Amino acid sequence: MSDVVTVGLAELKVTDNTHVLASFGLGSCVAVALFDPIRKLGGLAHVMLPESRGRESDLTPGKFADKAVERLAEELVEKGARRRSLQCKIVGGSEMFQIISAGLRAQKAPAAASGNIGARIVEAVKRALEQLGIPLAGEDTGGNYGRTVRFEVSTGRVEVSSINHGKIVL
Amino acid sequence: MLMSDKEGRSFSELQLDALREVCNICAGNASIALSQLLLKKIDLSVPRATLLPLTGVNDLVGGAEKQVAGIYLHMEGDCGGSILLLIEKESAMTLAGLLIKQGETPSGDQVVCASALQETGSILLGAYLNALGHLTGLYFKPAVPAFALDMAGAIMSYALADLAAAEDFVLAIETDFQVSGQWIGGHMIMFPDFGTMDIITERLGVPIE
Repeated sequence: MSDVVTVGLAELKVTDNTHVLASFGLGSCVAVALFDPIRKLGGLAHVMLPESRGRESDLTPGKFADKAVERLAEELVEKGARRRSLQCKIVGGSEMFQIISAGLRAQKAPAAASGNIGARIVEAVKRALEQLGIPLAGEDTGGNYGRTVRFEVSTGRVEVSSINHGKIVL
Repeated sequence: MLMSDKEGRSFSELQLDALREVCNICAGNASIALSQLLLKKIDLSVPRATLLPLTGVNDLVGGAEKQVAGIYLHMEGDCGGSILLLIEKESAMTLAGLLIKQGETPSGDQVVCASALQETGSILLGAYLNALGHLTGLYFKPAVPAFALDMAGAIMSYALADLAAAEDFVLAIETDFQVSGQWIGGHMIMFPDFGTMDIITERLGVPIE
């Protein structure tokens, strides 16, 4: 059994094949798993927001989609991964909240500045991947429920679990 | 004791005391509303104020995967931030049962339960915000509260997205409540943005340096 290393909100961790990287309780956040299946290196970022707009912090390298993808790729290459073998799987980006109206019909919550945030993060991650020429090898995004992600670095296997939607393997 | 984040913002014990006291009164007001709704006594904890890194948020309320009913109120107006009411799933179902008078475990419609819980959350968080407005003389415009029954981490991180855009640390002011004689308990958490904290502590006469 491999060691499980937790990647918390806005964190980013890169490691070799002995670890499982996990993010628990993803809502609108997106877990970005980037790996080199040949060199068996991988990293996971727990992304909270789509664009950095110039903001950056060493404390929270995984916070913004654009910076997180760049940083993951850089750190993996530094550790010996080959840029052209990198692959990516992404999970999360749901819309968590609903407003239940008097007619008992559930609607999407129109949260102020964070409206549609899950989808916007997913889009931003894909844009960043495209710019770096990294293929998307798997995706479980959207919906309106929370997810937990376990990323087995040695195999690139990503296991997604949730409360009511069972388990998916990417 | 002094708590500070990486930008050197720090809160003295006096300021944290002031924030705790304010939230104590707000939570008290919310608990009176719940008490009137259920015709039962509510016990409240002393509020805890913690400055924690974003990565530490998921340790609140017993772990990111804990199943909770969450009602989220986005604060707008003179000040910004989020207020959350989080109730563990079993507690929430018991509470819904009391509200719609179907006994302890309502087997009925999930949407009806969700609606009852959202309405309760709306009343409680509204009372909380009202007290905050009275105490500080500030105007708060509550947005429509939103509801989710899911993992605590998924709910809290959503509520923190706006705050996280500018900050790596958040201040969480938590109050636990318990409905006397019932297995119903929950948490009220306020995540004020840093501007809000400045304004609140200034109004209370203990400005942040």
